Amino acid sequence: MIAEHLPALQVVLPLVAAPLIVPLRRDTAAWLVATLVSVAAFGIAVALAIAVADAGAISYALGSWPPPWGIEYRVDALSAFMLVLVAGTGALVMPYARASIAAEVSGHQVYLFYAMYCLCLAGLLGIVITGDLFNIFVFMEISSLSTYVLIALGRQRRALLAAFQYLIVGTIGATFYVIGIGLLYLVTGSLNIVDVATRLQDVTEVRPLLAALAFITVGLGLKLALFPLHQWLPNAYAHAPSVVTTFLAATATKVSVYVLIRFYFLVFGHAFALDGLPLRSLLVGLSAVAIVAMSLVALFQPDLKRMLAYSSVAQIGYITLGLGLANAAGLTGSLAHLVNHGVTKGALFLLAGGIAFCCGSTSIADLRGLSRRMPWTAFAFVVAGLSLIGVPGTAGFTSKWFLVEGALENGQPWIVALIVASSLLAVAYVWRVVEAMYLALPDAPAPAQASTAASMLMRASTAVSVALTVVLGFVTAYNVGYARRAVALLLEGIS
Amino acid sequence: MSAETIVVLAPLVQVAAAVLAALLHRWPNLREAASVAAAIVLIACLVALLPPVLAGARPAVRFPEMLPGLAIAFEVEPLGLLFALIAATLWLPSIFYSLGYLRANGEAHQSRFFACFALSIASAVGIAFAGNLLTLFLFYEALTLVTWPLVTHHGDEEARRGGRTYLALLLGTSTLFLLPAIVATWVYAGTLDFVPGGILRDRVSPGVATLLLLLYAFGIGKAALMPFHRWLPAAMVAPTPVSALLHAVAVVKAGVFSVVKVVVYVFGLDAAGADFTPLVTVAAFTLLAASVVALRADNLKRRLAYSTVSQLAYVVLAVALIAPLSVVGAALHIAAHAVGKITLFFAAGAVYTAAHKTRVSELNGIGRRMPWTFAAFGVASLSMIGLPPTVGALSKWFIVGGAWQADNVLALAVVVLGTLLSAGYLLPIVHRAFLRPAAAGGAAHGEAPATMVVALVATAALTVTLVVFPDVPLALARGLVAR
Repeated sequence: MIAEHLPALQVVLPLVAAPLIVPLRRDTAAWLVATLVSVAAFGIAVALAIAVADAGAISYALGSWPPPWGIEYRVDALSAFMLVLVAGTGALVMPYARASIAAEVSGHQVYLFYAMYCLCLAGLLGIVITGDLFNIFVFMEISSLSTYVLIALGRQRRALLAAFQYLIVGTIGATFYVIGIGLLYLVTGSLNIVDVATRLQDVTEVRPLLAALAFITVGLGLKLALFPLHQWLPNAYAHAPSVVTTFLAATATKVSVYVLIRFYFLVFGHAFALDGLPLRSLLVGLSAVAIVAMSLVALFQPDLKRMLAYSSVAQIGYITLGLGLANAAGLTGSLAHLVNHGVTKGALFLLAGGIAFCCGSTSIADLRGLSRRMPWTAFAFVVAGLSLIGVPGTAGFTSKWFLVEGALENGQPWIVALIVASSLLAVAYVWRVVEAMYLALPDAPAPAQASTAASMLMRASTAVSVALTVVLGFVTAYNVGYARRAVALLLEGIS
Repeated sequence: MSAETIVVLAPLVQVAAAVLAALLHRWPNLREAASVAAAIVLIACLVALLPPVLAGARPAVRFPEMLPGLAIAFEVEPLGLLFALIAATLWLPSIFYSLGYLRANGEAHQSRFFACFALSIASAVGIAFAGNLLTLFLFYEALTLVTWPLVTHHGDEEARRGGRTYLALLLGTSTLFLLPAIVATWVYAGTLDFVPGGILRDRVSPGVATLLLLLYAFGIGKAALMPFHRWLPAAMVAPTPVSALLHAVAVVKAGVFSVVKVVVYVFGLDAAGADFTPLVTVAAFTLLAASVVALRADNLKRRLAYSTVSQLAYVVLAVALIAPLSVVGAALHIAAHAVGKITLFFAAGAVYTAAHKTRVSELNGIGRRMPWTFAAFGVASLSMIGLPPTVGALSKWFIVGGAWQADNVLALAVVVLGTLLSAGYLLPIVHRAFLRPAAAGGAAHGEAPATMVVALVATAALTVTLVVFPDVPLALARGLVAR
């Protein structure tokens, strides 16, 4: 009975939890609810993924209104994969949030953080699971609005500015998106993804479709921080509370990429969107600039969180690069990198949060001699950093492997050169931190108050995420394996 | 115990040794005892693998797939066993030498040192046993990373700079050239397994094969072909035991071993259409140029480092001739140079510990104060030059024979010239030490601590022993070209 309503519960649970948290007001109770909801959502996502792997795609008619009239929730190989990523990240960061949020957010706002987090989780899961174009927009707004608040919760006043910047850009993005689907509705008269895709096959007038494609690409490009539409991201990541940064880095941009992938392969069809238009070269070109230029920028950041933020823009470039390669290997690399980079960057931001928690600063200059004070954190940073670089035996390596293979299969060795050059830049910016932590001595003895020990829960979350970066490098059934299944779905697509 | 179990056990023993070294932080004697025990177990494992491998068996272990169709896999073949044996056998005296060196020089972080050292040996064994290119690449990168803390051991500005060069060149070449070469091989050949006779034959055009060959040769930066050799002199900022075992044996030999392995098992001895002339030229140039630099270097470790660059080029040159005899010579030279060069570095470290001298020009008359050390240095120099009665003569013999077989007069001339140059940069040191009068003044000193002297005399003795009993290395080297 419950099992058949899991798709609805996946979204409804966190959505209902959010307003329930507000009257609770107590920090501990709010945290407890948010954590339980996250864990439950993760459980549901895993159950759905198993069900999809066993029995194929699940279509769930919300309120029993059959599609295309009602809203359809659709769980297939691709969306199940994303649900696990989003819900898993939530379940991973919530235990960490307890102590970290108490330290980084003003006392009277703590319960609001948990409420907003639940809303954001509901929004992101909704975007992934829904099979309705307008419903995507609704959930996108839910997640975005809550994200603006989450970023603004940062203690520094610059967090407000960062949130405002993101609000402007995010709103433009959402508006473009809604214009795009408006045009699609104009042409097809439907909003259900499967239905729109079917009807588009008979459409001969391509001009509105081109306009729709352009609006949607730019709109989502803003959301996913596709170079050069990434300006909002470094500020937002650097000034938001550490938990928020971690959660957003691992999920928000990734979900936007997911929507873009769905549009290209399952709505427009890659024959129209990628093969017939210069969009592919555009994606590859912008991604190529992103992975090199943004890595270079990361190299010169004085602050750890900002450095990681610019690195994120570069890594998103890898993902869109695989999308632009548009062959099986490239797409596998792209989808696997959604998970691999989510896990890796999540681990790194958790570590940065731990450093901020204990030392009160994430400036790289203040990391000198950290290996003495926090030997485990320093070591974990090296491990997660290796995954960011893409050293074999870590998660990052597997996606890089497929991207290189995809570029070679497409006969584009210059892309291979860019990928490996960007890896070297990653070595440089990771090793700058490693050197500071291990080889440089602090200028002055660490201030006495700076020895707040991280809570056990924080350590446990961080340890799990760092361990994942290594485990996923060897046991690739859950990143590469599922990515390959999803790619099979994409390439079969609507052809 | 089956051969397969031993194959898995061998690297794990070293990982366990690393963990023990970290755990036994407070009890240094116990810590070193654990390392010695692990080294002995490792040697026993490898010796146990000898009879089946020489009899033609190839004990193999496959782990679950890492990428679709690609698994981490071990497969022990003669060359790998030879390399692992060298690394393990020389690791044992290195432990004794290191403990003498670290304690006499009051070095910090000794537990970290021994832990990383054990992990390096584990990685080297992983490289030696690799059954496919992916596994080789995995352990190759691991070796770079676990040796970085050893190179930057002192933690000062000089060490930091050396460490940067080390990482930049080793990770740079492996990422820029080796990884694309491996993925391209995967795309073209559909497999990455090491197969006798090669996997690229009839799969690629001659042009692509040549390009791949160069990508591999330069991508394996640990082989120190010019212009990517600078990490090796930079790594000399490390404590001398590191330079001795890693930058004369484990790391650099992992480099040339990988080159030989790729040539033999990816391209095959019929070359898969690749043109080996560019590689021969680069190796010949490196051989001579590095010798000339060594000739002019006054810093003893720097001279030895450039000598290593030059000797590694012998191995690459020999295998690039792809004549059966020269490939045997290449394999033997891996062993011969390892034993000789570790002795030279041990001697350099002994001089530093006992007399605090690092320059060749300061060594006048020192042989009378440290007779054992410089006797060993002399014997190892003979091996390095390739003179009997040392093992260096044996490998030179095969390389020269291979050059004849390949009908390559240029290579022959380079080998002869290189031999003269190596005499030119090594013999003057022996001459100074024994025959020139010591400079007046200077603190009185004798030999270095006993553990160090014992270690370096033992490795010097090995250069002679190996030429008297060459059966095992020779059989393994021959196994490489046997079909």
